[in-house]
Amino acid sequence: MVKREVVGAHYGLRDWLAQRVTAVVMGIYTLMLLAVLASLPKLDYWHWISLWEVPVVRYATLLFLLCVYFHAWIGIRNIFMDYIKDSGLRLVLYVITIGALVCYTAWSVQIMWGLDAAAGPKF
Amino acid sequence: MSKARPRYLDLFRIRLPVPAFVSILHRVTGAVLFLLIPVLLYLWQMSLQSPETFADFKAFMSRPLIKVLAIGLAWAYLHHFCAGIRHLALDLHYGTTLETARATSWVVLGTSGFLTLVFGALLW
Repeated sequence: MVKREVVGAHYGLRDWLAQRVTAVVMGIYTLMLLAVLASLPKLDYWHWISLWEVPVVRYATLLFLLCVYFHAWIGIRNIFMDYIKDSGLRLVLYVITIGALVCYTAWSVQIMWGLDAAAGPKF
Repeated sequence: MSKARPRYLDLFRIRLPVPAFVSILHRVTGAVLFLLIPVLLYLWQMSLQSPETFADFKAFMSRPLIKVLAIGLAWAYLHHFCAGIRHLALDLHYGTTLETARATSWVVLGTSGFLTLVFGALLW
């Protein structure tokens, strides 16, 4: 028996699968959003904002955006792995990318769930 | 031992086969889309905050230069989308022979180009 040592960071298969699952979710969301937008009678402010007050729209969009951010992380990390040879610089770029994506996540939630606060006090 | 083989590392001398061209465009469009996330979040927020900011958003989007940039962004999304579907098909072992891989690359370029034209016509 040859004892085979598997080396590496062991996230290859998991990320490969995650990249594809998130892609499918984003694809389905894109088609559904286009269908919803096409069904709006008019694209004025009131139709537009009431669309984003529907809970299903908010949660589906949140799922979509989480997929976007995770998909972006895997893709951008692969680009850095390919072109940035200095490991210190690569680490800095990883941290900046993760930091940005975490902020985008919080910002996305704020955009959708902060709508009522932004509209001012209700009487 | 080692022959002096030509090494075409000059990007302007390399002639990529179509599948490689589609592949590098997939990467480039992905990077562009990533870099534009904050811009898109900002515009999305602007469109939702109040009727006034919505009006500002509409005025901004109606500028010709912005429309051209939006069409470019739509192409990036559509190319990434179509090339991604081709990639998923390859993973499932569809279209892996050389001829079909070349043909589906042209289909990706053609479909994303056509859909971008449709988007541009609707936007303008």
